[in-house]
Amino acid sequence: MASALINVPARARRGEIIEIKTLISHTMETGFRRTQLGALIPRDIIRRFVCTYNGTEVFRAELHPAISANPFIVFSTVAVESGTVEFHWTGDNGFAVTQSTPILVE
Amino acid sequence: MALGLAASAVAAEVPGGDRRSGYDFMSRETRAMQDDDTANPGMLWVLEGGALWSRKTGRAGRACGDCHGDARASMKGVAARHPAFDAAQGRPINLEQRINACRTGRQGAPPLAYESRELLALAAYVARQSRGLPIEIAIDPRTRSFLDAGRTIYDRRQGQLNLACGQCHDANWGRQLAGNVIPQAHPTGYPLYRLEWQGLGSLQRRLRNCMVGIRAEPYEYGAPELVQLELYLMWRARGMMFEAPAVRP
Repeated sequence: MASALINVPARARRGEIIEIKTLISHTMETGFRRTQLGALIPRDIIRRFVCTYNGTEVFRAELHPAISANPFIVFSTVAVESGTVEFHWTGDNGFAVTQSTPILVE
Repeated sequence: MALGLAASAVAAEVPGGDRRSGYDFMSRETRAMQDDDTANPGMLWVLEGGALWSRKTGRAGRACGDCHGDARASMKGVAARHPAFDAAQGRPINLEQRINACRTGRQGAPPLAYESRELLALAAYVARQSRGLPIEIAIDPRTRSFLDAGRTIYDRRQGQLNLACGQCHDANWGRQLAGNVIPQAHPTGYPLYRLEWQGLGSLQRRLRNCMVGIRAEPYEYGAPELVQLELYLMWRARGMMFEAPAVRP
């Protein structure tokens, strides 16, 4: 079960720089580890994170095997208008999670 | 070093005013991680536990919430009172065992495995409702013998390194063990997220880790000895603020 915690300020002033925090549940299995019997544990990581603000991409990250489990990504953007901030995580084995949060800009 | 340890084989318990949560020994960054609910990875389990709380399961087709209602009210302080005496089993049981007793007894569902994601999620959700409350362990004639048994395990030298818990946690807390600061072993935030584990774990997992560390044979999950030790540790931390789900390095 994938779950994500997102922190976007509910209200912001126009032109204000806002901080966005995202935390998602994922094992981020590197693909380099082996079981006790020596079999390679297949890689299972999030490959890409994209944040769009009213449809415009404002932040993107490529994730790699050295990133710890439950990736915590913090970034900032400028509050331009009211609308929706969308978050997309995609990864190995068809992993795909989308969440959105409304933002009110005044 | 060896002489010093030998001399302090039975170290005095940390006096009340000097008691400190593991939180106080952490870096500023790790503390900030625990304090912010959107940065604390333990909250992912709390979120999942909240969903499980209202999911119907078992032969009875009942969800936790069908009997207990809103956990924010009904589960307040519950985790800070466990392990607690269970009349049916005639011994103290910890929070995970209480959840499983409810599953098998009331919901007609199979018990969840120790350290399974679901059990940790439910335990984290229940424990979250006690955050900020003092730990209260009621010792009465029924639990006295179990507390004493826990204390005996705590004071007993174990493993190839022949160490008792108190030799680190009472006599040498605040000092370094390799790169890490030795805490006082107050279980104030379980289940907690350890960065080393990259996941949430119970107090029993932590205790088993410590036993492996002193090269002792760890007790099995759910073993009465581990619960007695949990009871003693929680009693030892009585009055301290509960902070689950905590983050530790």
